[in-house]
Amino acid sequence: MLKGKKVAILGDRDGIPGGAIEAVLATAGAEVVFSTTECFV
Amino acid sequence: MDLENQARIKKAAEEFGAENLIVILGGAEAEAAGLAAETVSAGDPTFAGPLAGVPLGLAVYHVIEDEIKSECDAAVYEEQIGMMEMVLDVEAIKNEVSSIRKQYSKY
Repeated sequence: MLKGKKVAILGDRDGIPGGAIEAVLATAGAEVVFSTTECFV
Repeated sequence: MDLENQARIKKAAEEFGAENLIVILGGAEAEAAGLAAETVSAGDPTFAGPLAGVPLGLAVYHVIEDEIKSECDAAVYEEQIGMMEMVLDVEAIKNEVSSIRKQYSKY
């Protein structure tokens, strides 16, 4: 499902940050088009 | 959801095609993750941002959902996300995001 797909990452400073999600999605062959870490506070 | 990020999602969907784009969330709370999922699939429910009235219908998952986790390298996943997975309310997040996806995602 993820291989070759473009993904947009909305991480969360108090949950799972964008950088961590990027690292795991890279192992699935997804192409990250943008990644951010939001702060919901 | 941050207004600037709504604009970036909208632009990415236009540029790459909504059918080719998947949004992955990392929100700590089920409610906040559900709100973000709704925003990128049904449109901004608060009618404040660029996605107000714009139902992109994007496929959206939380990174802890099995569909995503199963496709990632287990060792990297454990290293990057394992700790947070233990403290988050995983079941509530899965239920909320998958419920929104089933209702509004078109892809």
